[in-house]
Amino acid sequence: METANRTAYIGAPIKRREDFRFITGRATFVDDIKLPNMLHAAVLRSPRAHARIHAIDTSKALEIPGVVKIFTFDDLGELAVPVPIRMYQLAGLERHLQPLLAHDKVRYVGEPVALAIAESRYLAEDALDAIEVEYEDLPAVVDVYEAMKNEILIDEAAGTNIAAVHEFSIGDVDRAFREAEYTRREEFRVHRFTGNPLETRGFVAAFDGGKGELTVWGVTKLPHLNRQTIAAFLKMPERKLHFIENDVGGGFGIRGELYPEDFLIPFASVKLGRPVKWIEDRREHLMAANHSRENRCQLEVAARKDGTILAFRATVYGDMGAYVRTHGGLVPCSTAALLTGPYRVPNYQAKIHLVVTNKTGLGTFRAPGRYESCFYRERMLELMAKDLAIDPVELRFKNLVRPEEIPYTVGVTRPGSAPTVLDSGNYPSALRRGLEEFEYEKLKPLQGQLKSGRYYGTGIACFVKNTGGLEPYEGARIVIGDRNDVAVYLSISMLGQGHETAMAQICADALGVPMDWITVYHGNTDTTPFGWGTFASRGTVMCGSAVHLAGQKLKQKLLSLAAEQIGVAAAQLELREGKIYRLSTEAAPLDLDEIVSRVRHSGTLNQGLPELEETAYFHSSQMTYSYGVHLAHVAVDAETGVMEVLKYLVVEDVGRAINPLLIHGQTVGAAVQGIGGTMLEELIYDGNGQLLTGSLMDYLLPTSTDVPDIGSVTLEEAPSPLNPLGVKGAGEGGIVGTGAALANALSNALVSYSIEVKNLPLTPDRIRAWISGRG
Amino acid sequence: MSAKQVIKITVNGRAYERLVEVRMTLADFIRQELDLTGTHLGCEHGVCGACTILLNGEAVRSCLMLAVQAGGARLETVEGLANGNELHPLQRAFNDQHALQCGFCTPGFLMTAVAVLKENPAPTREQAREAIAGNICRCTGYQPIIDAVVQAALELRGSQREQSK
Repeated sequence: METANRTAYIGAPIKRREDFRFITGRATFVDDIKLPNMLHAAVLRSPRAHARIHAIDTSKALEIPGVVKIFTFDDLGELAVPVPIRMYQLAGLERHLQPLLAHDKVRYVGEPVALAIAESRYLAEDALDAIEVEYEDLPAVVDVYEAMKNEILIDEAAGTNIAAVHEFSIGDVDRAFREAEYTRREEFRVHRFTGNPLETRGFVAAFDGGKGELTVWGVTKLPHLNRQTIAAFLKMPERKLHFIENDVGGGFGIRGELYPEDFLIPFASVKLGRPVKWIEDRREHLMAANHSRENRCQLEVAARKDGTILAFRATVYGDMGAYVRTHGGLVPCSTAALLTGPYRVPNYQAKIHLVVTNKTGLGTFRAPGRYESCFYRERMLELMAKDLAIDPVELRFKNLVRPEEIPYTVGVTRPGSAPTVLDSGNYPSALRRGLEEFEYEKLKPLQGQLKSGRYYGTGIACFVKNTGGLEPYEGARIVIGDRNDVAVYLSISMLGQGHETAMAQICADALGVPMDWITVYHGNTDTTPFGWGTFASRGTVMCGSAVHLAGQKLKQKLLSLAAEQIGVAAAQLELREGKIYRLSTEAAPLDLDEIVSRVRHSGTLNQGLPELEETAYFHSSQMTYSYGVHLAHVAVDAETGVMEVLKYLVVEDVGRAINPLLIHGQTVGAAVQGIGGTMLEELIYDGNGQLLTGSLMDYLLPTSTDVPDIGSVTLEEAPSPLNPLGVKGAGEGGIVGTGAALANALSNALVSYSIEVKNLPLTPDRIRAWISGRG
Repeated sequence: MSAKQVIKITVNGRAYERLVEVRMTLADFIRQELDLTGTHLGCEHGVCGACTILLNGEAVRSCLMLAVQAGGARLETVEGLANGNELHPLQRAFNDQHALQCGFCTPGFLMTAVAVLKENPAPTREQAREAIAGNICRCTGYQPIIDAVVQAALELRGSQREQSK
């Protein structure tokens, strides 16, 4: 049937329907929740990086009128469990879990020591000032190589700061290096920075002592798993916990994971029998929410003289901070997992060291590990091209996996996972498109040229990014009610991506109804009892596919019911834009609402059930791979070290674009986040483990004048064979190559100074130091 | 408990008289005492601009002022921007241009833009870029926000010409 595959909504740049509540100030973020009788919490955090706690005196704090309670570790009693790891749980990491409140020792600046509860946030903060903690300072360690000497132990019981080591090997790496005509070894480093969503973390918990039920708002990235974990912690049946998704001010990986506060606030509400709210301030956010990225990589390449890559050997040192948090070893392991990128690297070996230090714990930030490894690899390719006197673009074309080699099996690169298989793509085509669109040939003669006091350079970075999968399934339930009311319940939450629009587009096409009939609901554990969450660019791949399947199932059900009533075969009917057409007749179409209403009130049709709904789960253990290229053109002032990004382009193939407007928004936003992270941001510690960048005046986020307009080209050349929509996630491709492309551009600009960038960030002071030979 | 003081204040055309703690910030007062939660707090130290409101017509960061300092003032917040169900041209332009994703910074950008367009009703794209440089957005990369400001400016100028005819 020709019309069956026709789509009206998928692919259209439809404006977001969720915008209304945000532009009118009527959204509900967690701090907007105000419950009767609500108490407010504030967290006392350690000002020391490494110290023993000898005593905590809360008596003065408790004398303040309006201060209700101060919780310390001893109050937790049998509930004093640490924050569990939810993934990448390598053996050894379990020795470094974070306690909910510090007891014997504090291990980083910002570690929670006590929780004050009062009638207002102002009073709770007053209480913090009045709590006296007696510390005995210990020397701190803030560098992975220093930490690996084990002279200062983060956790004495563990006996080592090397929390875990993971290794894998594909092919015969030693032989490839023995026989290679060319080898090179380099050490690279990516700095510590993080997502910084504009809304800080927050949590509201309301315990209903009568029913023994707890309702919580605030931790919305993966509500179901978080519910399960909090229920287990409180020793409550899971169904007595209601996770409600409020609006969320950005996620970027770090927000919505469980942190100590997310256990402490429900605990406090249960203990005190009153609702409790906690809202993090920005200073706390910078020292307490997950940091990300920071790792070092010793990378070796083996190749033929003609530039054919034979092998990579990588040793990664991940700085985990003081405690291993919910993501376990994900960040450093993911750095190694996709280090070979879109290239044919037949032999690859990696060893990953996960090292604890006296810093804030590490977690994911948009394209975790992939930003890092893209920088390592693409820098190495540039160095190799220079050594071998091969054009760097030609070198890339030579080594990119060719379309006919796809699906391309890299091998097992992630602990406990199936092999990494690049599922679909035409990598050379994406690179060609990027070079054309960027007018690379025109910019190339400017490489390293000095004009009007600035040096010009262009940089390239090719990437692949695994999207989807990761957790086994997502679900969707579609319910059709009277008067053309279609409700779509998603198993995932939204952190600003635009699910309420994109998922409605998918549903409208799959079900065959107008989009304005549809309302999308998400993230409430009561309406969708099973699900995982929104991360790893998996929302559309996993949950979008579930919406598509549920829509098709419901359409079949509706057509069968209609067929029964009008006495024709279901195959003779078609549902389009909410009307049922009889094929091969000219008869006027039936209104869907008429059929729905008859079924609902018949008592016999639809097996006597009044509800007309279908639920579908989409399962996938394999990842889809978006791919493409970043191109950057920069000008550098050698006197000041200031680099300006003049032009930037991201080309990404997402398989199939559900809503180009939203994808463009994701790409541009991610690129700006990456440019900021590469050029402005760094979480800096001094030798004593003090965080020097504890405000947005020290930790600089990019503003509108720091970045140029970003070019974004979305390709649909290679739909993924792994899901019914052919989609790949679009959330992270825009950030993956930013560090790599900018570092390549800077190195090309400063070629007359023989500067080869091996460390990020690219801040003016560092660029200046490299130029003057001090770096 | 710190000292309290009575303040009279007009917000979005409505007069309020409240007894407030002198240490309470204007942002907290607007959010907690008046329940106007459209004004957001992103950093509470005057950098991000999410809490921007208009005070006697000027864009200010409500996290950096005390409520008592605003006594007698006329405030405008994002809740007062639309005329009933009719959106302000800036609000429409933000939707048209996909100038928001998570939407947390949006009220601050909208109020900043209202003040910007009062001062310069015909900004070029580069002037619009400069004018919003004091607000932080983590999602959009700013491009569509700049486009929205330019679009709204055009529309507002059009409607003014209409009125002056």
